[in-house]
Amino acid sequence: MFNYYLRLALLSIRRNPILSALMVAAIALGIGASMTTITVNYLMSSNPIPQKSDQLYYVQVDSWDPNEPAEEPNEPPEQLTWTDANNLYAAQKAQRQVIMATTAAVVEPPSQDAKPFNAYIRLTTNEFFPMFDVPFLYGGHWQASADKGREQVVVLSRKSNDKIFGGENSVGRSLRLAGRQFTVVGVLESWYPAPKFYDVGTGAFEEPEDLYIPFLLKEELQLPNGGNTNCWKTPEDDSFAGFLRSECINYQMWVELPEEQDKQAYLAFLNNYANEQKALGRFPRPLNNRLSDVMQWMENRQVVTDDARVMLWLSLMFLVVCLLNTVGLLLAKFSGKSAEIGLRRAIGASRQALFYQHLVETACIGLTGGIAGLALAYLGLLGIGSLYGSFADNLSSLDINMVLLALLLSLISSIAAGLYPTWRACSIAPASQLKSQ
Amino acid sequence: MLHLSSWEIGPIFRAMTRNKVGAVLIALQVAVTMCIIVNAVHILMERTMQMARDSGIDEANSFYLSSTGFADDFNDQVVIQTDLDAIRALPGVIDAMQINAIPISGGGWSMGLQTQPGAEFEGVGTAVYMVDDHVLNTLDLELIAGEAFKPSDIRWRQRSQRDWPAEIIITRALAENLFPEQSYQDTVGKTLYINDDEPVIVKGIIDKLQAPWVGWERLENAMLSPEQTLFSSSTYFIRTEPGRLDELMPAVEQMLADSNKGRVVRGLRSMQETRDRTYRRDQAMIKILTTVMITLTLVTALGIVGLASFNVNRRRKQIGTRRALGASQVSVLRYFMLENFLISSMGVILGAVLTVGLNIYLVQSLGLTKLHWWLIPVGMLTLWLVGQLAVLGPARRAAATSPAIATRTV
Repeated sequence: MFNYYLRLALLSIRRNPILSALMVAAIALGIGASMTTITVNYLMSSNPIPQKSDQLYYVQVDSWDPNEPAEEPNEPPEQLTWTDANNLYAAQKAQRQVIMATTAAVVEPPSQDAKPFNAYIRLTTNEFFPMFDVPFLYGGHWQASADKGREQVVVLSRKSNDKIFGGENSVGRSLRLAGRQFTVVGVLESWYPAPKFYDVGTGAFEEPEDLYIPFLLKEELQLPNGGNTNCWKTPEDDSFAGFLRSECINYQMWVELPEEQDKQAYLAFLNNYANEQKALGRFPRPLNNRLSDVMQWMENRQVVTDDARVMLWLSLMFLVVCLLNTVGLLLAKFSGKSAEIGLRRAIGASRQALFYQHLVETACIGLTGGIAGLALAYLGLLGIGSLYGSFADNLSSLDINMVLLALLLSLISSIAAGLYPTWRACSIAPASQLKSQ
Repeated sequence: MLHLSSWEIGPIFRAMTRNKVGAVLIALQVAVTMCIIVNAVHILMERTMQMARDSGIDEANSFYLSSTGFADDFNDQVVIQTDLDAIRALPGVIDAMQINAIPISGGGWSMGLQTQPGAEFEGVGTAVYMVDDHVLNTLDLELIAGEAFKPSDIRWRQRSQRDWPAEIIITRALAENLFPEQSYQDTVGKTLYINDDEPVIVKGIIDKLQAPWVGWERLENAMLSPEQTLFSSSTYFIRTEPGRLDELMPAVEQMLADSNKGRVVRGLRSMQETRDRTYRRDQAMIKILTTVMITLTLVTALGIVGLASFNVNRRRKQIGTRRALGASQVSVLRYFMLENFLISSMGVILGAVLTVGLNIYLVQSLGLTKLHWWLIPVGMLTLWLVGQLAVLGPARRAAATSPAIATRTV
């Protein structure tokens, strides 16, 4: 029976090609526009590390100015001071903890063909890699002893390994960085978390850094500050050490706490730490320490841009217009068939059967519109990619979830649009239609 | 004499009530379309205005690049002086200097300035540009009060140095922010405090210079600090004679790279490119919204055409009968136009309500600004017009119906 209805549907579609094409086009445009913006929002708000996003916490302690909060209304500062980052790391109170910052320095590749270049560097501690499930292509991360011993070791991103060593296994080789000899201990697999959740300070959809080196080398090599630096109090003296000792924030910390009680215990530890610092004359503000898991932190940093939200709203309304359009056109189309429907009713077709038949026709139109809409969404995402440049590189791809969602959305919305016209068409009294013939 | 009754509003209205759903659907479509279009135009105007703000510098003829030394014997101070002398000597270069941050680029340095010393007083935020005595000529700024920097005012700033030069130049907007009751000329010579209690004196006022952060509410607040920086990397800002930018950009890059092998020269970029990158999202939003508006109007118009054609076809016999009974072509045309006008009117009235509603939502949850009231009547008028244009084709076909149709059966 389904096949028969399908044939009838095709016949009916072919009989009114312009009206049918208009409907398909309307659905396709609506689906195309809304799928484009849904995809951008979905990718922006996607969980970059779903397997443990609720066990990783961003650490904030309120070390700020007694006269005003770091951010209204009474938010703790976005980052940590050098002192606090090192103290909290040294306490080792979480299952895993990592402190980090960004910097830049000139890399001089060992081979004469590759030119020196300015590299973006993440200063971090060794558990960065296992904690964030960072995949390695060659070698592995450095040991905790390298952090403590300020060893000149480096982990390369795949891209910089390609650039410096032509992509070969470079573990054990050396390169000059910031004027010192560094030994390569590991090379990462391609790794582009989106959003770049572990540090969204300079853009949530930027590429990860080129190189990773032990955190304390910042002090050892007097490396410049990357990212945002904020101070509420002037450093006590002009030296590099004076800056590190100051109340300036430029460092981030994440901890891994598998259970809720671990989190409570760590928060208690932070409050205790803040009180100790108060006794030393620091932390002039009331206790205001915070642990945010990955998704809470993304929410707090407003990773989904307002523009994306505005576009989502507008495009969903666009879909509504397209559907209203389809309802109108379907009504027109089905009422043109009232004579045929009357005849079929008169010779015995039940209302149910007719309803089913017309639903099949609507679904055909809807699915065609949906597939065309997917193609439009693909074009739309390409367009967004070219309009936004590198910002959108990680934000404009359709995955299988989105394809399924698009088809489902088009099917559901076209059937919803078709329900009323179908119902009206089927409630025709056969006699009234046959009379005029 | 024109009687309202001859416009047949009564019969049109009664006919509409017999096909309520069709009319309601069109009205709803018109309403939502208007809501989207008016809000989109509002966002578009807002963005266009933001992008039109003047940064105060000669953007069309300026570019910059950075140099980072890595060799052990690299002497920043000597290299910077040599570089600047060489760049300034190039034919086609109007002037050049070292600067710590680029206007409207997104990255820079900010400080708070206050009129009384003490940590308990709140400062006024400002962007800090560390520049030398070539700044007015290089950035194309106009000094509107006080004096410019002299070569002897310029000092070298070490990396972790905390103190500030004795005299600074500020923008007019900053002067007016600091001293709201005084005219900006009177702020020259006044003492301000930086870092809570370190005094600096206002040496001069410039007309206009934007901060690096275009989304900042204090975008027009900037101060010039007379110093050259000895940080790990130095940025040179270069202004060229009109038309020579494209030729000078690679030439300067090559010259710097050749003159010293112990450094990396990078980040060559024109101010035009910087502006494009900074406003790229706004540019993109404008293009996307324009596309949405055009397609949406088309969809709605096509919907109206579709339904109207259908109605015309369905009523061919009635139209023929009316024509046979003496109705003129014009009155048939008018019937359909007027019908559409009535439906559109319902649509745009509902649309006005929806538009304001969406705007209130956008203002509250996404920080947009309030709609200009006049956009609403303009939106209503536009959609009326779109409806009339869309229905014109089907209505003309209806008017062309031959009276003879009435005499034929099926």
